[in-house]
Amino acid sequence: MSANEPAPGVIFQDYLRAGEFRLQECHGCSRMFYFPRTVCPHCGQGELRWLPVSGHGVVYSTTIVRQRPERGGDYNISLIDLDEGVRMMSRVEGIPPQQVRIGMRVEALISKGEGAPLVLFRPESQTQ
Amino acid sequence: MTQQSVRGAAAFVGTGLAGIGQYSGYTHLDLLGLAVRAALNDAGVELREVDGLFTANMVNILPTLAVGEYLGIRPAVAVGTNTGGNSFVDHVLWAALALQAGFCNVALICYGSNQRTGKPSPPDMPPYEALYNPREPLSSYAMAAARHMYQYGTTRRQLASVAVSARQWAQLNPIAVARDPITVEDVLASRMICDPLSLLDCCLVTDGAGAIVMTRPDRANDCQRPPVYLLGCASAQTHRQISQMPDLTVTAAAQSGPRAFSMARLSPTDVDVLQLYDAFTINVLLFLEDLGFCSKGAAGAFVESGAIAPGGALPVNTNGGGLSCVHPGMYGIFTLIEAIEQLRGGAGERQVAAAEVALAHGNGGMLSAQTTAILGTRATL
Repeated sequence: MSANEPAPGVIFQDYLRAGEFRLQECHGCSRMFYFPRTVCPHCGQGELRWLPVSGHGVVYSTTIVRQRPERGGDYNISLIDLDEGVRMMSRVEGIPPQQVRIGMRVEALISKGEGAPLVLFRPESQTQ
Repeated sequence: MTQQSVRGAAAFVGTGLAGIGQYSGYTHLDLLGLAVRAALNDAGVELREVDGLFTANMVNILPTLAVGEYLGIRPAVAVGTNTGGNSFVDHVLWAALALQAGFCNVALICYGSNQRTGKPSPPDMPPYEALYNPREPLSSYAMAAARHMYQYGTTRRQLASVAVSARQWAQLNPIAVARDPITVEDVLASRMICDPLSLLDCCLVTDGAGAIVMTRPDRANDCQRPPVYLLGCASAQTHRQISQMPDLTVTAAAQSGPRAFSMARLSPTDVDVLQLYDAFTINVLLFLEDLGFCSKGAAGAFVESGAIAPGGALPVNTNGGGLSCVHPGMYGIFTLIEAIEQLRGGAGERQVAAAEVALAHGNGGMLSAQTTAILGTRATL
């Protein structure tokens, strides 16, 4: 890695801006991880590559953050286990937060709002 | 020096509490100062004798400097490890080692917070979780509770039983902040905050401070109160942010507990009274299981039977805990202070009869860091 190489967090965001959900995989142990970093948390090596992920996964746990309607109302927070074996925090959207269940299959979408692009999830479409 | 040699190498000779409830206008260091005075008076030790300082808080990035300056001491040993609310239980181990090795002679462990009446700034949020705006620490503990319910059939009523037991103990403790009687139905009917945790599943938010004085056993014999001895102490950690926790139903207490018991040459059946860091009701279930008092998944039914309440087989959180006694941001030091009081036999109406061995367990972060300390009376040496 050279000083001129973009930081892992920057690369992650750049891929999302380009519509791609990629995570790092370690050359040494061939395992993926999230969140982006400069060292593999599985084996300690530093040679890492960015690979696309399927975006499919399952809800490992979930909660509803209760909030008054005038402040935006209730919203979901979930931990998603991607099929690639990586866990991340996100929100499951597209259904009421009360309907998000542990064990539910979900798929990623990249939300491009005003700020940084964000990986969110929705229930896996039936056609998959 | 080995891990086994820690057993009995240091003694708790003084404790102090201050600022429990609401102390408007006091800074966290003002409250800490009051607790330190109380602990030194309890021990019969002068402030100028303190040459080991162990402290952390939610305000100062340089805690030993801020506290040392406030108290006007220049300690030879200063340790400011901050792993969250368990820090003070962890400090006990390093204080004992520093005392044993002669790096210091009088160790002071202390904490203060004006979390209730002050305007604390929120701690730093891990950036890849902050993106999703979880309400921390509630969301993390709520997801641990949800996963425990999913895997083991734990119910909200069982979680509520933890809060009811804590309140029953608090009713026996004159300094506890929340002493009105509550029922399981009251907990279930309280406002939902982060499903499945409702308001009464969550700890209090209070001001408060605590301090503990430790010495080597020879010096302890000259102090005013019956000394209490450190028998074992171990810490373990797994993550900082909840998404990096390997299994939300198993905490690092599953490592810290067995290591502490090994040092103490004791097992869970030897423990007379437990103080478990109860920031949320789910904590108590997780720690009862991970420390070996219940098999995994069985703690819900255990607490629902009344086993941890006054009169139950296993007294837990006899001061009322963080749920009903005091919770000023970081609660760990209060687990130690109550454990020491029980072993001195000075706990009044809430005293556990013939308590010889106590376990104090601290939790930090988002179930991230765990420290188990095992304390005993002179009879256990």
